[in-house]
Amino acid sequence: MAALSVTLTGQPNCGKSSIFNHLTGLRQKVGNFAGVTVERKDATIEYKGRSISIVDLPGAYSLSARSQEEQVVTDYFKENKPDIVVDIIDASNMARNLFLTLQLLEMGVPLIINLNMMDEAEKRGIKIDEMKLEKIFGMPVTNTVGRDNASVRTLLDVFTNTRMSNYKPSELLQAHIDKVNELCRSGLSAEKVEEEIITARYDFIDKVMADAVKVDAANKTLGDTLDKYLANGISSLVILVAMFYLLFQIAFNWIGQPLADMLGEFFEETVAVAATEAMAAAGVADWMQSLVSDGIIVGVGSVLSFVPLIFTLFFCLSFLDGTGYMARVAFVMDPIMRRAGLSGKGIMPLIMGFGCGVPAIMGARTLDSHKDRMISILITPFLTCNAKVPIIALFAAMFFPGNAANIVFAMYFVGLAVAIIMAKVLGLTTFKGHESSFLLELPPYRMPDMKSVLLETWDKGKGYLVKAGTIIFAMSVAIWFLSSFNSDGMTEDMSDSYLAGIGSATSVIFAPQGFDTWEAGAAVVTGVMAKEAVVSTLGILYGAEDISTEAEDAAETSEVMLATDMGTAFTPLAALAFIVFTQLYSPCVTALGTIKKETGSWKWMAFAFVYTCAVAWFASLIVYQGGKLLGFE
Amino acid sequence: MTLADAKVGMTVRIESVEESPMKTRLMAMGLIPNTKAEILQSAPLGDPIAIRLRAYNLALRKDDAKLIQVSL
Repeated sequence: MAALSVTLTGQPNCGKSSIFNHLTGLRQKVGNFAGVTVERKDATIEYKGRSISIVDLPGAYSLSARSQEEQVVTDYFKENKPDIVVDIIDASNMARNLFLTLQLLEMGVPLIINLNMMDEAEKRGIKIDEMKLEKIFGMPVTNTVGRDNASVRTLLDVFTNTRMSNYKPSELLQAHIDKVNELCRSGLSAEKVEEEIITARYDFIDKVMADAVKVDAANKTLGDTLDKYLANGISSLVILVAMFYLLFQIAFNWIGQPLADMLGEFFEETVAVAATEAMAAAGVADWMQSLVSDGIIVGVGSVLSFVPLIFTLFFCLSFLDGTGYMARVAFVMDPIMRRAGLSGKGIMPLIMGFGCGVPAIMGARTLDSHKDRMISILITPFLTCNAKVPIIALFAAMFFPGNAANIVFAMYFVGLAVAIIMAKVLGLTTFKGHESSFLLELPPYRMPDMKSVLLETWDKGKGYLVKAGTIIFAMSVAIWFLSSFNSDGMTEDMSDSYLAGIGSATSVIFAPQGFDTWEAGAAVVTGVMAKEAVVSTLGILYGAEDISTEAEDAAETSEVMLATDMGTAFTPLAALAFIVFTQLYSPCVTALGTIKKETGSWKWMAFAFVYTCAVAWFASLIVYQGGKLLGFE
Repeated sequence: MTLADAKVGMTVRIESVEESPMKTRLMAMGLIPNTKAEILQSAPLGDPIAIRLRAYNLALRKDDAKLIQVSL
């Protein structure tokens, strides 16, 4: 027997994902719909000897193609006729949820209407007569409590026992559908028709609500009280800042980054060393030894060392999203973010960008429109991530002793300013017309469904490893090859490698910025691998091996480096131009790999590379030439 | 008056939605004539505002709220 095809649909915040998660668990595959930044989730499960393939569509308020999500859902139902379509409805928010239900039924999609979060509805004094509901629609009605595994699994029997062909729209519903069809043929303007249809739908819904739903005195909920603090007045801003601080600390200082550092160290010091020794003992060829320990193991290490960070951050973000708090963040931050052409929710991933761009780029997924997601992804690389700080710290300590702290601060500001300017520019050019509007549901506060939080975290980590990881790994090995080989074969001396050649070729374009030495050029090239590599490359090329790449050791490192030729290779002004350039230019390969994964397109990855380099080139040009005009050196 | 003029705590009745690209979007979210809406709060900077209608809470910008004629 062919697999039974089941599709879950519903409005945002109806608890659809947690139903899907409880039905499918780890068997789910998460991907994107072709060409868009919208997630598609699939899974095939076995139940009572029958295989059931389940698709979870993105939440959509209607089928009017006003957002990518709505477009995806509309197209899906035009192109697919699944055996069973389940429309999941938040029972405590029926009136608006039934809007989508009606639209689907008008399209001729037979539905199982599943009333979800029945426990919450009961708590709010809402009583729903399911029998009446079935009669009104002529479609089967079921109920679930989304976070309760047993209650969700009862749906499996419903799937296998229901034949949708046995259900026909009721007379009442058919009358509504006829009315809609008549309106479509009425010859009125398209907008007028749509308005009339919307009104007809809510008329129908009002009838349903009057007939089948009883609401006992709607009392103030806990959520209303919470909103007085979390989405209102000064307290909301204080709590918001505290939340950011907490999230940042957990991800970058308490759990994520420390674990990442340990993992990175383990690869560098234990695995690579052990592998080198083993290979030396076994008499493996030099180039092979180098490939394994400097290429492959370093590459794998750089992929893996981001994993704890991604897991930690996404656990926190999924949890917060599940509580409903993120919607309040969007609400509070909207007026500020709007000035930059972004929407309120965008603040969360952007703040993460000050730690690491990779989770920040992945976090853009949570934004509501394609435009917001793309702009957020494309401006994140300008922010001062943790890996850029060592570069700024070293150059500041070397060339601006006494002013180092101001330089570091100024660079944070430059990064942010360029990000905001580019958000505006991209909004007015590349993404013009895709209006980012703001009509945001403030869902009730809920305890997140932990199974969903964990699954989402796992998906993000896995997606990163599989999709971004392979690209990052390949690029790491390529950089190893370039830095260890020249046309005569392998070389111990990096200054004699292909990389040095590329470095000196690259450096030519930095003549107007005053740092056209081949060492600087090579550092810029390796910096694409990882921004920390800028400092270590300069260390190697100027003959000071084993310098620290930690920002807090910058004072010490700067003394070592000042003793080398680097001390005279840059004038202070050229050093400043160099910092500005490295601050803004290409995202590292990890971030580039992530951009490819998130946008699903090589084109956008290439665009991110080229346009950030161009912006960085011009910004550093302005700094150097402007500085010279003002009489600095 | 418009929804943007209504004060926090008021419950208003929606009269009409002005012609605009936002009109059908607002209507689809349930903002259609004769619907009651309670103004819950505004964000700390005065914009956007949060309202409750049809048993759910919706946030919208003042610019969009200005498109909605209401009565007490």
